Amino acid sequence: MARIRVSVNERVESAIFDTINYALMIFLCIVTLYPFLNTLAISLNDAIDTVRGGIYIWPRVFSPYNYIKLFSENNNILNATFISASRAIVGSALGVFSCMSLAFTLSRKDFVLRKVFTKLLVYTMYFSGGIIPVYMLMRSLGLINNYLVYILPAIIGAYNIMVIRSYIDGLPAGLIEAAKIDGASEYRILFQIIFPLSLPVLAVIVLFIAVSQWNSWFDTMLYCSSTRSLSTLQFELQKILMASRMLSESAGDAATSMSSSMDVSGMVTPTSIRAAMTMIAVLPILCAYPLLQKYFISGLTLGGVKG
Amino acid sequence: MQQIVKSSKRTDLAPGRKGTLLRKLIEQKQLVVLSVPFMLIVILFSYVPLWGWLMAFKDYKPGVYTILNAPWVGFNNFKELFSDSYFYLALRNTLGISSLKLVFGFVAAITLAVMLNEIKIKAFKRTVQTISYLPHFISWVVAANIVFMSLSPDGGIVNTVLVNLGLVKDPVPFMGMKEYFWLIVALSNVWKDVGWGAIIYLSAMAGIDPCLYESAAIDGAGRLKRIFHVTIPSIAPTIKILLVLNIGWILYSGFEQVYLLGNSSVDEVARTLEIYVYNYAMKYFRYSYGTAIGIFNSVVSFVLITIANKVSKKVDGEGIF
Repeated sequence: MARIRVSVNERVESAIFDTINYALMIFLCIVTLYPFLNTLAISLNDAIDTVRGGIYIWPRVFSPYNYIKLFSENNNILNATFISASRAIVGSALGVFSCMSLAFTLSRKDFVLRKVFTKLLVYTMYFSGGIIPVYMLMRSLGLINNYLVYILPAIIGAYNIMVIRSYIDGLPAGLIEAAKIDGASEYRILFQIIFPLSLPVLAVIVLFIAVSQWNSWFDTMLYCSSTRSLSTLQFELQKILMASRMLSESAGDAATSMSSSMDVSGMVTPTSIRAAMTMIAVLPILCAYPLLQKYFISGLTLGGVKG
Repeated sequence: MQQIVKSSKRTDLAPGRKGTLLRKLIEQKQLVVLSVPFMLIVILFSYVPLWGWLMAFKDYKPGVYTILNAPWVGFNNFKELFSDSYFYLALRNTLGISSLKLVFGFVAAITLAVMLNEIKIKAFKRTVQTISYLPHFISWVVAANIVFMSLSPDGGIVNTVLVNLGLVKDPVPFMGMKEYFWLIVALSNVWKDVGWGAIIYLSAMAGIDPCLYESAAIDGAGRLKRIFHVTIPSIAPTIKILLVLNIGWILYSGFEQVYLLGNSSVDEVARTLEIYVYNYAMKYFRYSYGTAIGIFNSVVSFVLITIANKVSKKVDGEGIF
């Protein structure tokens, strides 16, 4: 008898647990997705109508005008989009090439410099010279207001190298031995044997670098804020964010901030502009995300982070 | 991370293969060609800036002196630092924000991982997981925008819900209130990174022997008991490693996030050490003083991570270094 009672209790406990668990998971999904849907709805809604409030996940009065306004008024947006995209492409292409080369040499147990190079790399994960010395270095290298400041420092990432290296370590060691016996050079081993076999992990690294390049804004603010042609999409968004905050702070209540901003920009309110800009800044990630997400997890679990 | 550090300790030269370094280098010149140019970049951008630490012991003024010919001032910058009340304010803000982020982040990620692990419907689990780490891939600029919009007293969703539920009478201007700022930083960090943080624990849970759950069930352990006596102990090593790693970062409360979420009305609680350094460098051009704060951060982090590693070694004989 006692045995049966326990299992009934257990089943009740289990059912309650599952209900709460599923409810919380659904809540998490809503909390995560709602802001994106809401921003999309606001960006596609007529700006004047948005002021009335009550836009949730569907535009009430559909209008593409916010986007048109954004691109026509701020002629820098198109250029900034180009800079952001080119950073992502050039940065990830160069980055994956250099990380792969370095990871390959560090995976070679017989390489004399392996130990010292590995140490030098690992240390970079735990300290940095600090913002001021780094800024001064960039200045003396002539990288201020220079496109290369986006690319060069980001070429090598210690974490990315460790991820690739642990993947190469997992490949059968006999491959390299056999190639060497056949007289293949190290370059050939790297590009014709290791490279094709490492494509899955390299895809992950390309994604990591491209996302971080696309998302960065602080280096633009620090090193290139005085050159309009080098501005990035994220930095433009950051400026809009700061400006609209300043506006609402100085104007006090919402109503006056609305009317004063309408004088400036005609029919588009800061909220609508911000929403449209935000959508442009996340769109590539939102579009690529469903296709690429499975690589992201494998990237995190592939590497040394398993613990 | 453990693997990385451990494997870097392995000896490199196989026994019996001796030779002078130079001869070896010539022998392996192709590997040298493939690695040295990139290591030079690492040294240039990560190690050369350490040279600038000299500034902290000098009275460097941009445009007036170079780092080399600036007059030495010994520890004066550090003395000034430790007697500056703004420094202690910044230290308090940094520690407050980082500890809140650390606690909330850990608890949330572990809880999410445990709950996902209990979901038996594969497709549902996958979907929730995929959605949960989406925000990790957006920039803090976008995330900060979302936080401002959601918490806005003027039609923001949080206020709409609170007012409709009758929890508050009038919309609360959350972003302008000092008492909520740390909490907003910690919670927005959870929103952005909880799914990503959970991945590591989930992969640790994937390695748990199912027999453990079965025998616990036979012994009469219910769902909750199994979580607390099987799941959590099994991922304890992972939790410990991540905790040690994160304690080393306690003086870095996340510059981008705090900078973007901060505003003039919460400045008093939002000025962290990193923002303090940034202000000294970019607004007041006091490079020497700013560098001194940076050195303080680095040294304390180094000491903290060493201590945390020692403690975790003492507790059960295993550290991360």
